[in-house]
Amino acid sequence: MTSVAPGFYLILAGLMFTIGVVGVLVRRNAIVIFMFVELMLNAVNLIFVTFARMHGTVDGQILVFFVLVVAAAEVTVGLAIILMIARRRNSADVDGLHLLKW
Amino acid sequence: MNLSVLIFGVMFIVALGASLAMLFSPNAVHVALFLVVAQVALALAFLLQGAYFVAAMQIIIYAGAIMVLFLFVIMLLGVDKREALIEPLRGQRQVAIGLGLLLAAEVSYSILRGIHLAGLGSGGSARLNAINQNPGNVKAIARLLFSRYLLPFEATSLLLVVAIVGVMMLARRIDAAASLFEPRVAESDTHIEQEREAV
Amino acid sequence: MTAGATLNGQCASCSHLTGGMEVSWFLNPGWLIAFPLFGALLLLFFGRRIGQRAGVFASGLLGLSFLVGLILFATQLSHEGQQRTAYVHMFDWITVGSFRVGADLTLDQLSIVMVLVVTGVGTLIHIYSIGYMEGDPRYPRFFCYLNLFAAFMLTLVLAGNLLLLYVGWEGVGLCSFLLIGFWFERAKASNAAKKAFLVNRVGDFAFLIGIFVLAKAASTLSIPLINAAATKGLLSQTQKLFGPGPYLPAGIATVAALLLFAGATGKSAQIPLYVWLPDAMEGPTPVSALIHAATMVTAGVYMVARMSPLFQAGSALTVVAWIGALTALWAALMASFEFDIKRVLAYSTISQLGYMFLANGVQGYSAAMFHLVTHAFFKALMFLGAGAVMHSLAGETDMRKMGGLRKAMPITGYTFLVGWLAISGIFPLAGFWSKDAILASAWHQGQYALWAIGVGTALLTAFYMSRLYFRVFEGPLLVPDEVEAHNGRVHDAPVTMAVALVPLALLSVVGGALNLPGSLILEHFLEPVVGRSEVPGGLTPWLLASTALVAGLAGIALAYLLYVRSDGRARRASLYGRLKVPIVAAANKFYVDELYGRAIVLPGKALANFSAYTLDARGIDGVVRGTGELIAGISERTRRVQSGYVRNYAATFLIGVVILISIVVVRLGAA
Repeated sequence: MTSVAPGFYLILAGLMFTIGVVGVLVRRNAIVIFMFVELMLNAVNLIFVTFARMHGTVDGQILVFFVLVVAAAEVTVGLAIILMIARRRNSADVDGLHLLKW
Repeated sequence: MNLSVLIFGVMFIVALGASLAMLFSPNAVHVALFLVVAQVALALAFLLQGAYFVAAMQIIIYAGAIMVLFLFVIMLLGVDKREALIEPLRGQRQVAIGLGLLLAAEVSYSILRGIHLAGLGSGGSARLNAINQNPGNVKAIARLLFSRYLLPFEATSLLLVVAIVGVMMLARRIDAAASLFEPRVAESDTHIEQEREAV
Repeated sequence: MTAGATLNGQCASCSHLTGGMEVSWFLNPGWLIAFPLFGALLLLFFGRRIGQRAGVFASGLLGLSFLVGLILFATQLSHEGQQRTAYVHMFDWITVGSFRVGADLTLDQLSIVMVLVVTGVGTLIHIYSIGYMEGDPRYPRFFCYLNLFAAFMLTLVLAGNLLLLYVGWEGVGLCSFLLIGFWFERAKASNAAKKAFLVNRVGDFAFLIGIFVLAKAASTLSIPLINAAATKGLLSQTQKLFGPGPYLPAGIATVAALLLFAGATGKSAQIPLYVWLPDAMEGPTPVSALIHAATMVTAGVYMVARMSPLFQAGSALTVVAWIGALTALWAALMASFEFDIKRVLAYSTISQLGYMFLANGVQGYSAAMFHLVTHAFFKALMFLGAGAVMHSLAGETDMRKMGGLRKAMPITGYTFLVGWLAISGIFPLAGFWSKDAILASAWHQGQYALWAIGVGTALLTAFYMSRLYFRVFEGPLLVPDEVEAHNGRVHDAPVTMAVALVPLALLSVVGGALNLPGSLILEHFLEPVVGRSEVPGGLTPWLLASTALVAGLAGIALAYLLYVRSDGRARRASLYGRLKVPIVAAANKFYVDELYGRAIVLPGKALANFSAYTLDARGIDGVVRGTGELIAGISERTRRVQSGYVRNYAATFLIGVVILISIVVVRLGAA
């Protein structure tokens, strides 16, 4: 099968990454923000895979594996923290945490 | 029209569409589900590029475990909470959109120019296909994973243990005599209820 | 020509000048200054401990100076003509590169005259002050200032170079300020002191510029050398003999002389800087007598005489003479309508100083010095007499509230009478001879206009002084109300005051003997220094003298008609009616103070306000505060970046990321 050029995959990844960034800035729910971070990680995974294909090795895919594992660990701990904070304040709104200022 | 091109096209639209849909959904559960869709589409992309193992991992771990965890937490905190559409911080939305566009442009430009400069040629796909044929994708990954990338592997396993222990510490109730195995949950619950009322 | 070899070391700058009187450690003009200076310092630091003995102490020290002066005078007399000058180099004062100024003293005939006047009259006034200032809480300080003044005045008179002279010049100005404002709790006194100092400052500034001009043109500040340079410039054949420079061309000499004279108008209260002297009467009367009659104000006259070659080298003398004459007339007019007895005497001083400058201007230097000496006698006498009157009338100075005091205070009255006749130029008292000498000099120089002004002023002088005398000392007894209320007894001058009054009165009577036409003792004495002035013989001098005498008698007669006779009041009223405008103008001092106020003081205040409030408070402070406020403002605004909202911080991250990626993009593009 003739494959699609890797550039397109990279563009897609770039766009998804950008959308992830915008989402982090625009949304207010802590969990939703966290999900956009996961979106960014996914985009990066795509980039790694594409690079692996461009180079013709599987090293990039191994990196994706690691990203996956670390993402899992991070999500676990992060959600635990969000849960505790949101429970105490009865709200998952990130704007409520505004004391770290001048 | 090539089959792979067609599949790529569908995948492209779905992935991008799901991402955008995530952006515009006020409901957290919808956001999670759209993310799942995006991840599945990405798994398809992995398959198209000859990364079979990773595609499977993506579905199992990401879409299957991580997103489920997300959904659990959303449930715990209130499923039907909808985010208000007005933006309380002045200028935040404009900055975000502006910078987003800028970032998209720059990233695209960098990618294209970088590809051109890297000059890797198109032999990569063929080599990858050869590897996937000969030892097979999983074997090739395994060979590298347990030789060259052994240290990161062990480190990540350590990381997982730390994460688990950490979460357990975070989630326990602050009760002096409470043991992790004893069903003292109800008592501590009322304790916290009383604290809340006092405050 | 040998230099004046002295034990103190040679006057380095005068090695080629004549002069040969020898002085030793013991017989040294430096002692003249040292005694009162020592007294001033001692009273400054230990005044409180010395207490009421300060008066005797200070008088004693100045008396010692007088004795030294007499001894030096006697030494001079034992020498001849040119040999009567002593140059003393006390110490090296300023040595900067090639600019060297020493503390040099010059004792010659001119300076010894001034020395004797300052120390003699000064000692008498010190003694007078013992009684006058008794009971004053700052008694020791008064004598400290008086001694300090004497020290500075003697420095001025003995100075051998212009810089040391300037030190004395400024020093007497400072002491004048301190003494006028001695009772500084009174606003009038402290204002008068400030006014005196500021007006003097204007003159001193011109004086300083004159010093600069001379330092540049003649390359020296030594007075004998400057005078020599001016003389050389005058005589072209001298130039041929002595070669080029340093000599002062006429133009520069005129400019420098006029600048120095401008300083003299300030110090000696001539037009246009006389306005401080009438207000200076706020000070204690001994101060008025010493400083503003006998000594400080005569510094300008002395200076012109001392620098006479410089003045003669250009055309400055005309200015000097005319300003002197006009001032004499102007002040006499103002004195005629003044009611405060001290102010009348102040204007009289200004007027008589004008006479002295007139004399200097027509090269009658010895006549000027003669008048200086006699004026010191009778003016100091009259001031001290006025002080005695004030002392017994609880400080009253308005002549309209006094009358018939001669019978009540005989010593004061009769001594004042002597002074009055002397100043009016009545034969044979001292004033007759000295005033006549001046007028004769003017006539013989062909300056008939100046002579006429002088005669007119003589008439006015006699008039206003007679007016003062008649109103205060003659007629029925009249005392101010406060004295009436207490006990109505008017006491005469106490002993300490009388001790000063009587000798001065005697000197006013016989002082003319100093320079009688014929013997001309003073003139001959001063000749080696100031040159000879022509006073021809024949009938003319007697005619001139008679004219002056007639003018004086006419003035007295006029005053008699207006103030003694019973119909005087009516005459005065009719005169006032006919000449109202000029009389009111004269009574208001011709509005000169108001003019100065508008023209000079107000712009000065405006400039000061501008500098203080606009330039300093708003400009400079504004910049300083503004910088602070700018920083504060910037930080106020900049710290709002830390809003506390995590999403804002995330946006900031993103901005940074975008910038970094832009750099990558640029490099990729360039690559």
